[in-house]
Amino acid sequence: MRTKALAALLGLLPALIALPAAADTVKIGFITTLSGPQGAIGEHMKNSVELALDHLGRKLGGHDVEVIYGDDQVKPDVGKQLADEMLKKHKVHFVSGVIWSNVMLAVAPTVTGAGTFMIGTNAGPHELAGKMCHEMFFTTSWQNDQTPEAMGKYMQDQNLTDVYAMAPNYAAGKDMISGFKRYFKNKVVAEVYTQLGQQDYQAEISQLRAANPKAVFVFYPGGMGIQFLKQYAQAGLRGQIPLYSVYTVDEISLPAVKEAALGQFETRYWSPDLKNAANEKYVAAYKKKYGKMPVFYGAQSYDGIMLIDSAIRAVKGDLTNKKGMIAAMRRADYKSTRGPYSYNSNHFPIENFYLLKAVQMPDGEFAMQIQKTVFESHKDAYAAECPMKW
Amino acid sequence: MTADRRRAVTLAAGGVLLALVPPIAALTDQPFYLDLFRRMMIFAIAAVSLDLILGYGGMVSFGHAAYLGIGAYAVGIPAYHGITNGFLQLGLAVAASALVALVIGAISLRTSGVYFIMITLAFAQMLYYLGISLETYGGDNGMRLAARSRFVGPVDLAQPTTFYYLVLAILVLLLVAGRRLVASRFGMVIRAAKANEPRARAIGFSTARYKLTAFVIAGATAGLAGALLANQTEYLTPDFMHWTRSGEIMFMVILGGMGSLFGPVLGAVALLLLEDVLSALTAHWQIILGPILILVVLFAKRGLFGLLAGARVD
Amino acid sequence: MSWALVLEQTLNGLQFGVMLFLMAAGLTLVFGIMNLVNLAHGSLYMVGAYLAAAFAHWSGSFVLGVALALPATLLVGIAVEVTALRTLYERDHLDQVLATFGLILFFNELISIIWGRAAIYTSVPTILGGHFRILPGVPYPTYRAGIIVVGVLVSVLLWGLVTRTRLGMRIRAGASNRTMVSALGVNVRLLYTLVFGLGAALAGLAGAMAGPIYAVQPGMGEAILIQVFVVIVIGGIGSIRGAMVGAIVVGMADTLGRAFLKPMLATVISPPAADKAGPALASMLIYLLMAAVLFFRPEGLFPARSRS
Repeated sequence: MRTKALAALLGLLPALIALPAAADTVKIGFITTLSGPQGAIGEHMKNSVELALDHLGRKLGGHDVEVIYGDDQVKPDVGKQLADEMLKKHKVHFVSGVIWSNVMLAVAPTVTGAGTFMIGTNAGPHELAGKMCHEMFFTTSWQNDQTPEAMGKYMQDQNLTDVYAMAPNYAAGKDMISGFKRYFKNKVVAEVYTQLGQQDYQAEISQLRAANPKAVFVFYPGGMGIQFLKQYAQAGLRGQIPLYSVYTVDEISLPAVKEAALGQFETRYWSPDLKNAANEKYVAAYKKKYGKMPVFYGAQSYDGIMLIDSAIRAVKGDLTNKKGMIAAMRRADYKSTRGPYSYNSNHFPIENFYLLKAVQMPDGEFAMQIQKTVFESHKDAYAAECPMKW
Repeated sequence: MTADRRRAVTLAAGGVLLALVPPIAALTDQPFYLDLFRRMMIFAIAAVSLDLILGYGGMVSFGHAAYLGIGAYAVGIPAYHGITNGFLQLGLAVAASALVALVIGAISLRTSGVYFIMITLAFAQMLYYLGISLETYGGDNGMRLAARSRFVGPVDLAQPTTFYYLVLAILVLLLVAGRRLVASRFGMVIRAAKANEPRARAIGFSTARYKLTAFVIAGATAGLAGALLANQTEYLTPDFMHWTRSGEIMFMVILGGMGSLFGPVLGAVALLLLEDVLSALTAHWQIILGPILILVVLFAKRGLFGLLAGARVD
Repeated sequence: MSWALVLEQTLNGLQFGVMLFLMAAGLTLVFGIMNLVNLAHGSLYMVGAYLAAAFAHWSGSFVLGVALALPATLLVGIAVEVTALRTLYERDHLDQVLATFGLILFFNELISIIWGRAAIYTSVPTILGGHFRILPGVPYPTYRAGIIVVGVLVSVLLWGLVTRTRLGMRIRAGASNRTMVSALGVNVRLLYTLVFGLGAALAGLAGAMAGPIYAVQPGMGEAILIQVFVVIVIGGIGSIRGAMVGAIVVGMADTLGRAFLKPMLATVISPPAADKAGPALASMLIYLLMAAVLFFRPEGLFPARSRS
């Protein structure tokens, strides 16, 4: 009896003793993954949020800020519970973050349905770009398909053919390959879907070699990418068959693969070496404060805070003026790390996409460098399905 | 206070407290707690169903979460096609889970010990991979529940409080029915089979059939929990079926007190509260939770319920 | 589908099987002799990988890194056994599963705190970095051939240890009747600790060898753990021979399934359907295999002496 009562009371205690939130304080709920191996990504996002707040003097549009972080453990139902907690218990004004598409599909409608802003800073599922678009949902990242579309375009422009495509067998994997094929119209020799979380690709690499393609396109996020890259190099294919990828080589995985990734091509909307004032400030400050290179997840989260700040400023701090904030956000009137961009009707960015290459720097470190622009002001493919017009 | 009395008081207090959550939440303007406790009760239903076969029957099923998934999809898939009749969905959840449990049980119960653990785990993984490959229903992205289940008249699941009391009612009914089942002849055979199966068979019971029946009942009940979970989170993914989820439910049973039916309810509340509180404290909460779980297994076998309600756990 | 490809894939399956065997041998040893289900075996594998990478980085030599990682993992294993696992010998399998599951959480977080959550850098040493022509037109990575060699060596050594040495004799005796052996003056406690340490060292070796080709990150043990359990369940718990057979069977089935299931299906059903069903079926294959084996032989292929 005692324990159960105590548990219930303990749960309600914070509510009972909670000081009424100063009308001044802006509350932001930030949902990301902080535990487990994918916590590495969440760490970058959290660091970037903190850095953004530092750069803004810990104030958003004149208000004090409180950020409540939540760990979704890569589970949509936990993500939704966090969103509920942030909305109902902490009464946040904005919910931001979310790495994974499936978590986003659970969280975003919950947040926007409650009349609160959802500022996504990574996941860009096509449902939210199309039929499920909402005026209170904005993202500072991209729509999932855009990145492989850019690679598809680049490889098409290079007149490559006989491409061997590989991805893990789950929704994102299939989306990546379909996005790729939207712009790559030449011959795809094979589409191979491997098991999610698979560690050993020797069998697939043997098949690949036997099929004798002219190029390979893969999508292998996280540990899968590290494994595939190392094994690809060890099989001697690095110099033989050029490898193109999306979301496989980034600043988190590069330190783990180093020379195995040399010469790898990726496409992305941003890179640490992108030349604009806001980005140079961000990258330098991040390296100084956290001792490592920032990654795109972080840049997006940094931008998310900046976007929120610009909106609050535009309505002169009046957080109840939601229509005003929507209008302000639509202008994307802030210094983004990707340079100036605009929003599409579905509140997804219209932005450039670049070809990146993994190179070795003079100091021996490995980094991704921009080679050329593949798409200028690229729009996503789902905006037409979005009923919003403005 | 005698042990019986202590137990009765514990249970009564628990029931009263659970019933009071909605009014308290309304008074303090914290609707979140209604959602939280409702989620705990749904997992409690799943944990109680596992206790039936684990605590009383000694069947360590690492695939129990599979039925949560089946129940959830039994609500999600009809809803996707526009069928939102709650009775139909719940019926489908229970029937589908029972059927799958029958098949899995028939094969798995031929083994015992760690082989049984592994084969139930394997089946859960197979269902998980099957769920991932169902592209129409979202694959591993999962899918959003198109609309909550609809019942007749005042029972509208879109009303948080109504939904809460429905779950509470189901939980209480389950506990009552469960106690009866465990105390019945059927329950006796199951417990005898756990204690000493060769002897039970020597007496003349075909324990295999009893165990399979218990397995099916537990699976069907977990399917019901899954249907409720889909309504709770309004989102379902194949991840519901992953073996680590089964491990979580198992921990709820152990933490609360195996073989007590009421214990798992406590266990569900405690574990979910603990996760919520700990993860807010630190990103490295697993380094705290891990040893806690080890300590519970090693030293607090009777679980929370055993600690509260006295030494006697049948 | 050329014969060269089939042969190459068979070799791949063999190599994967050997990797699995290195892991399975330690696990089945501990299980068979001490009746302990140790889910944290995967964590010891992870510890081995991290330690090997750290020592290699510090000493500049891959071989030295592996050589140092082995006794280090053995020590870690012994530490875990003495502090956490001793009490579990007398408990039932469920308790062991749950307690060692708690250990997994603990180890993953510990590694995250020490090395961070992102994967760390490992690479194949340059001498083993190339490939050689195992068949005309089929280059095979030297490192993987090295793994096969190590695996075969280990199995021979293990077999020799268990069947031909006094220690092995004591291990087998302790397995069949702990009390009697103790009464005869053998320190069974020490014996069990040594066996666990041996199991840990084997897991550590597997991790150290896997490090260069897999991603070394927290949680890397769990990915392979399930497969290893499938191996020892199919092979029969407690039997090294079973572990070897089970590992080869699983390694082959998984590799060949991934390689050839889709094209084989495409001959019977339409290619788009095969595209969908192939990968799904391939991931379920080893579980289906295990279910089938257990259906006909509920104790695995080569069960060790039954224990009660």
